[in-house]
Amino acid sequence: METKPAMTCIICPMGCRLELTVKDGAVVGVEGNGCARGPKYAAAEFVAPRRTLTTTVRLTGAAEGDRLLPVRTRDPIPKEKLFEAMAETAKITAKAPVRRGDVLAADFIEAGNALIACKTVE
Amino acid sequence: MSENGKNNSKMELLEKKLIVIGSGPAGMAAAIRANDCGIAASDILIIERDRQLGGILTQCIHAGFGLKMFGEELTGPEYAGRFIDEVRKRGIGAVCDSMVLSLSADRTLSFVSPATGFVRAKAGAVVIAAGCRERSRGALNIPGSRPAGIFSAGTAQRFVNIEGYMPGHRVVILGSGDIGLIMARRLTLEGAKVERVVELMPFSSGLRRNIAQCLEDFGIPLMLSHTVTRIHGAERVEGVTISAVDEQRRPIAGTEEYIACDTLLLSVGLIPENELTKGAGIPMDRVTGGAIVDENRETLTEGIFACGNVLHVHDLVDYVTEESYLAGEAAAACIRGERSRPKKVIGTKAADGVRYVLPQRLNLPLEKDVDLYMRVGEVRKNVKLTLYADGEAVKKFPRRIVTPGEMERITLNAALREAVNGASQISVGITED
Repeated sequence: METKPAMTCIICPMGCRLELTVKDGAVVGVEGNGCARGPKYAAAEFVAPRRTLTTTVRLTGAAEGDRLLPVRTRDPIPKEKLFEAMAETAKITAKAPVRRGDVLAADFIEAGNALIACKTVE
Repeated sequence: MSENGKNNSKMELLEKKLIVIGSGPAGMAAAIRANDCGIAASDILIIERDRQLGGILTQCIHAGFGLKMFGEELTGPEYAGRFIDEVRKRGIGAVCDSMVLSLSADRTLSFVSPATGFVRAKAGAVVIAAGCRERSRGALNIPGSRPAGIFSAGTAQRFVNIEGYMPGHRVVILGSGDIGLIMARRLTLEGAKVERVVELMPFSSGLRRNIAQCLEDFGIPLMLSHTVTRIHGAERVEGVTISAVDEQRRPIAGTEEYIACDTLLLSVGLIPENELTKGAGIPMDRVTGGAIVDENRETLTEGIFACGNVLHVHDLVDYVTEESYLAGEAAAACIRGERSRPKKVIGTKAADGVRYVLPQRLNLPLEKDVDLYMRVGEVRKNVKLTLYADGEAVKKFPRRIVTPGEMERITLNAALREAVNGASQISVGITED
């Protein structure tokens, strides 16, 4: 049986409305994409959606008094692990000085990924 | 300034070749480009009212910035960080915790800070990059008493991302622009329950990807063509009443629904922050809310430039950076006395369906590509943005979709220059074909 679910591609601000053709649980066709990244996104999103998490962690020792440090997952993590990832970040306290790109937690949520600092703080 | 750093005398004037008001992406790009164009780093002063450089990007911790500029999707702090590093590396003068109080047409200004006290300054050129502010509840006239728990979305963002406070736990958001959508996700991730996002218009002005990532991902309902008609609660918000609205956006009796909540976020529009611009008597554009400028982002007051959200509210920081490079380059040329006199200055106009075109003035003859930026008044599909020279259609730019929430751009390139340079007026309108 064939189904035709729709989804919004989130790769770039265009937000193309994609129409997928799904057969036996797999994406067999994609329409409505504005570029070649669309079908790849649709296939991955349908089977295993991923999201970049951006949040803040506690920060100590900042010269200018910043209490929080903005952080991000270096790579997108499985969408269903967003709240688990938030709970993990709540356990982290960063210490100034920190450089943009510094790894705060290696193998974050999954091997090879990382939680990194988004800001340089003296 | 005297050696002890204090401005001892009323008569003493701080003189700089270039003063930039604001250190967000606009101010920093203008300062960096002016430095590229030969203005020494020590001759430039960026005046920032916040305690650190970066402007609004510092609190925009989400990703999505820089796709056009860097080919990457950076978070706000990462995007700002590249420019902050550059300002620091070059030794471009910058003061923080410093509020500009006044600006005059002769390019004198005054600012105040705890470190320096009251300072009067004079610049060879000024770039106004002061950004924008949010529309408030007062401007919306929502009835009710004044309970705690009502915030503009940007204020809530500052509390959560910079100060480390949750504004509340059970939230309704009025306005589905990007700031409201982003905060719906942020608050949900931090443990709040976002009950509803309510949008007055029949469409959302936010990016479709934000509807997907911020609302659909978390099962947060979006109600279009609805608004908040009452706020309940005396000391603290206890709930809101929402109603459906008709085509004239008036509430429809009998459609009221009560939603219990302790927090209402307002994401209902951004207004360029132009008190300083108006105080200097610089002519303004009522539609953009910012100054009237030419292709170099110079206002109608010589030597004063404007760029970024203070000029017109942008959607993409990449366009802010590009625009601000133009302003910085032109400010440098102005300071160095390197500008040529235009043969003719013409106006650009918004025609059918287009709300504004910027820049509003063009110095002819154009000798390089000039981008025209614009916004439309309503959502239209499969149309053309048509460029007219003296009423004659010169070029049609096809668009699959145009929407008020997404700024459009067309380029006056070499092929169009002859037509533009011979015209007395340029306009852009939407046509079906």
